[in-house]
Amino acid sequence: MCACRATASAFTPGPPPMVSIAQVRRPAARIRPKLNRDDWLMRAFMVAIALYLIVALALPLYAMLSKSFEIYSFRLDTIEFQVDEGQGWGPPINALERGEELGIVRRDDLVTTADGRMQATEFFPDFSFLAPTRYRIRNTEPNTGGYMVRGQQFTDTEWREFSSNDFRRVTLRPSQTKGIGNYLVYFSTPALFSSIEHSLTISIISTIITVSLAFVFAYALTRSCMPFKGLFKTAALVPILVPSLLPGIALVYLFGSQSIVVKVLEALFGADSVAWVWQALDNGTYGPTEIYGPIGIVIASVFFTFPHALLIIITALSIADARLYEAAIALRAPKWRIFWTVTLPGARYGLISAAFVVFNLVITDFGAPKVIGGQYNVLAVDIYKQVIGQQNFQMGAVVSVVLLIPALVAFTVDRLVQKRQVALLSARAVPYQPRPMRRFDLLMMGYTGIVSLFILGILAVCQFAALIKFWPYDLSFSLNNYNFDVMDGGGWDSYGNSIRMALYTAVIGTSVVFFGAYLVEKGRGFAAGRTAFQFLAMMPMAIPGMVLGLSYIFFFNDPANPLNFIYGTMAILVICTVTHFYTVSHLTAVTALKQMDAEFELVSQSLKQPFTKIFARVTIPVCMPAILDISIYLFVNAMTTVSAVVFLYSPDTTLASVAVLNMDDAGDVAPAAAMGMMIFYTNALMRGLHALGTRGLMARTQAWRTR
Amino acid sequence: MPSGNGRESPDTGTRPPVFLRIENLVKKFGAFTALNNIDLEVFEGEFVCFLGPSGCGKTTLLRAIAGLDIQTSGRIEQAGRDISVLPPTQRDFGIVFQSYALFPNLTVHKNIAYGLENRKMRRAEINQRVEELLDLVGLADQGDKYPAQLSGGQQQRVALARAIATSPGLLLLDEPLSALDAKVRGHLRHEIKALQRRLGVTTIMVTHDQEEALTMADRIVVMNHGVIEQIGSPIEVYRAPATVFVADFIGTMNFVPGRVAGPEQVRIGDIVLSCDFEGLSPETPVTVAIRPEDIIVEEARLYEGNVFQVRISALEFLGSFFRADLANDHLGEARLRADISINQVRSLGLSEGQDIHVRLPRDRIRIYAGAATHG
Repeated sequence: MCACRATASAFTPGPPPMVSIAQVRRPAARIRPKLNRDDWLMRAFMVAIALYLIVALALPLYAMLSKSFEIYSFRLDTIEFQVDEGQGWGPPINALERGEELGIVRRDDLVTTADGRMQATEFFPDFSFLAPTRYRIRNTEPNTGGYMVRGQQFTDTEWREFSSNDFRRVTLRPSQTKGIGNYLVYFSTPALFSSIEHSLTISIISTIITVSLAFVFAYALTRSCMPFKGLFKTAALVPILVPSLLPGIALVYLFGSQSIVVKVLEALFGADSVAWVWQALDNGTYGPTEIYGPIGIVIASVFFTFPHALLIIITALSIADARLYEAAIALRAPKWRIFWTVTLPGARYGLISAAFVVFNLVITDFGAPKVIGGQYNVLAVDIYKQVIGQQNFQMGAVVSVVLLIPALVAFTVDRLVQKRQVALLSARAVPYQPRPMRRFDLLMMGYTGIVSLFILGILAVCQFAALIKFWPYDLSFSLNNYNFDVMDGGGWDSYGNSIRMALYTAVIGTSVVFFGAYLVEKGRGFAAGRTAFQFLAMMPMAIPGMVLGLSYIFFFNDPANPLNFIYGTMAILVICTVTHFYTVSHLTAVTALKQMDAEFELVSQSLKQPFTKIFARVTIPVCMPAILDISIYLFVNAMTTVSAVVFLYSPDTTLASVAVLNMDDAGDVAPAAAMGMMIFYTNALMRGLHALGTRGLMARTQAWRTR
Repeated sequence: MPSGNGRESPDTGTRPPVFLRIENLVKKFGAFTALNNIDLEVFEGEFVCFLGPSGCGKTTLLRAIAGLDIQTSGRIEQAGRDISVLPPTQRDFGIVFQSYALFPNLTVHKNIAYGLENRKMRRAEINQRVEELLDLVGLADQGDKYPAQLSGGQQQRVALARAIATSPGLLLLDEPLSALDAKVRGHLRHEIKALQRRLGVTTIMVTHDQEEALTMADRIVVMNHGVIEQIGSPIEVYRAPATVFVADFIGTMNFVPGRVAGPEQVRIGDIVLSCDFEGLSPETPVTVAIRPEDIIVEEARLYEGNVFQVRISALEFLGSFFRADLANDHLGEARLRADISINQVRSLGLSEGQDIHVRLPRDRIRIYAGAATHG
């Protein structure tokens, strides 16, 4: 049969020829679909959740960015004094000229912080508050920093007169301008910008180590027939349940100067042996090589990022196509060649993705370097030091912006890579089934065993430390370290607060995230709004916790902000934590929703039922496993997070994870370990409940989930 | 009525009233025009099929009627009411998708009852109605099962029962049988058609399967590239395809290039055939079309009435009949295919290489202006 593509018209017989009547018609008016109650409701909800993300994310970030460009400097050129020593007022004295004459200021060095103060009397070396001299002061320009007397600020250009007794209470205030001055200061201060190199160094090293270790571990789990896979995998995922402060504490106990290893070595080889080892390891840069510093940070970072890398690589390795292996074997490729040409290329997106995730986690992490970084400054800790230590919020904002850049790059690359990974997944593949190989399986089991032992060992050390009365002098067991109420950090209340915060975060966060994802995924029309929402939902992943927390200070602590009232409450902690962990939760929800038939909503509409009905009766029950996953993810992270909330807690809302930090800071290392382990046990318990709940749900719904 | 809407065909004097009227419908996705100036009328109680290749706009048209993807411009009127801008919830239709879209966590019973709730119906009434519907689709004892426990055909019946539960005025079927295997499909075809007749519900079905359309529809709307190529009863569309596209898309057709030889005469190669057409001047290039089954093998060697000699260049056995490739020096480049019954092949002792006489009945020849492009 010939396929004819001519659009010829038919002539007789049959119906008359088709005549296009389009030409004679005027173009019809564009249809504006009428929206029903559901459409309006969905739009209203979406706008509400988008507003939440704007208030909880975009605006604080903007506040932080503008803060980093705030410069405070004394405008001495706009201040004039006059002195009357009994012979009438003398000529006006310009403060800047006077200051330079006296050598107390330099024209190019007037930058200060928001809290900068200068005593007016500094400009009069012979000042005495008992002298009968009278002083006058004025601004030559209005609305500069001005001066302050007894808590009142004057920025007008009137002369004001003071007795010498009052004049000593006059302080000059800096004026605020916008500019890149803070950045110039940052990049001309080696103590500050050296952190960039430090952060990059430890992030890159940790990434290489973690991804390598995790790849072999994942390989063992997916490509060998070793026994106890489930057990090993569980052990490897344990670090997710503890704050990143905890491995640091364990390392101090293991390798610090009074540590377990030292004591064991001394007991075995005599007291001198350790000193000799220290000497041998001295690298000359950071003093004797010790656990405080880059090595400690890297070990701790590898510990807490390991499960994240592992999960990604397991996914990448388990989508392998058995047919490729069969083809390679049929072509008689040797094993190493199959590994290089089939296994690695198949997992490459997973490896790249894992690398960027780990890099991002390490460079934005605050816990590990805070506990075990010693003098080795990194960006995340710099933010903390600038803000909490020096109260220099502008510089904190500058460091935040600097930290944002590598985090944003890593995030973007990761998103791009993941898009391609999805494309790989959609191909129809025959799953690969490993075959038992005695030697290889034993080797793999040995490896996974050692890694699991190391991970569990870290926890065991912490638990051991928590139960010892006073290491290394009194090795008897006691529960003294659990007497948190006598330590810094908020005591047992902080543990209660953490649980409350984690529960609120899990419940509120899951509701907001899932509903938001539903609206994005299943909403009708309003495409621009949905795209914008999707973008907002992806943003939190790129924002380091420290940056988010600091942004919240700038935004919510501003007295002019009508939302100022939530500052220092439990609410701001919950909002901050939900926002911090929004993206992964959102993606989980979207994935689950994408697996649902797109036509459910349409059928429901055709049956004239409101969308709330299909949402409650079908969407939620079908997505329940994903909803449970999101809530446990939020709970666990709310328990362990330190970075964002460290700036936001108040004396009434101290948190367990922050208590670990503060107790460690105060030298109460054993109680810090004890509290860290409390977090672990809580998370482990919730994980267990989650697993039971999911299993129960699956059993109950088995009738409709499986054929 | 300017376009071949089928309404004017002589055999149907009394039509039921128009139930659905579509006027000048246009749907654009960005720069792409998915539907262009669609005009269509569907009569009450009628079963209409939208038939066409994938991407022809048939599903887009269905979704516009449902209000799921509202058109860019144009008007849709259902039962005298302008529904052009209304959201789906304010229209009156039931819909069945190719994927069935049964709610997996609800039993068959609850799936069917879904649309009956919130309608001020009592529980007992709902249950009774659901039982009725289950009976109607032959699943009387399956109400407590979950969709995943049913076969594909059974799931489709549940979807159908759910769609008609609220007694909608219009039933929309979006490729409802495509996901089923051939045997079940054939069976369900009959059931759906019988059910539709019994309920008398106006039905529109989208399909790309011509056999489905020919067996089920009262009228077929053949679509291509966002426009309607032809509207007509299955027999009209098959016997008298309005365009080359329709002729090609439905059934098998010989297309042979030719020229107008005179009034009611065309020439293929050296052979002149008489056929019915009007208004084409001599030497106009045309495409001559005839279905393989309409070519008749003549036993008597008469050279009149479109009879000419051809050689069987190939004979292909297709089970119930043979398909013969026919060629002739006088035909020029053209080739014809004819379906010859097994009996005739046997009784005439036909074999490859043999010369036979065939007749192309005048009333079965279709003439299309323009030369066919052989692709």
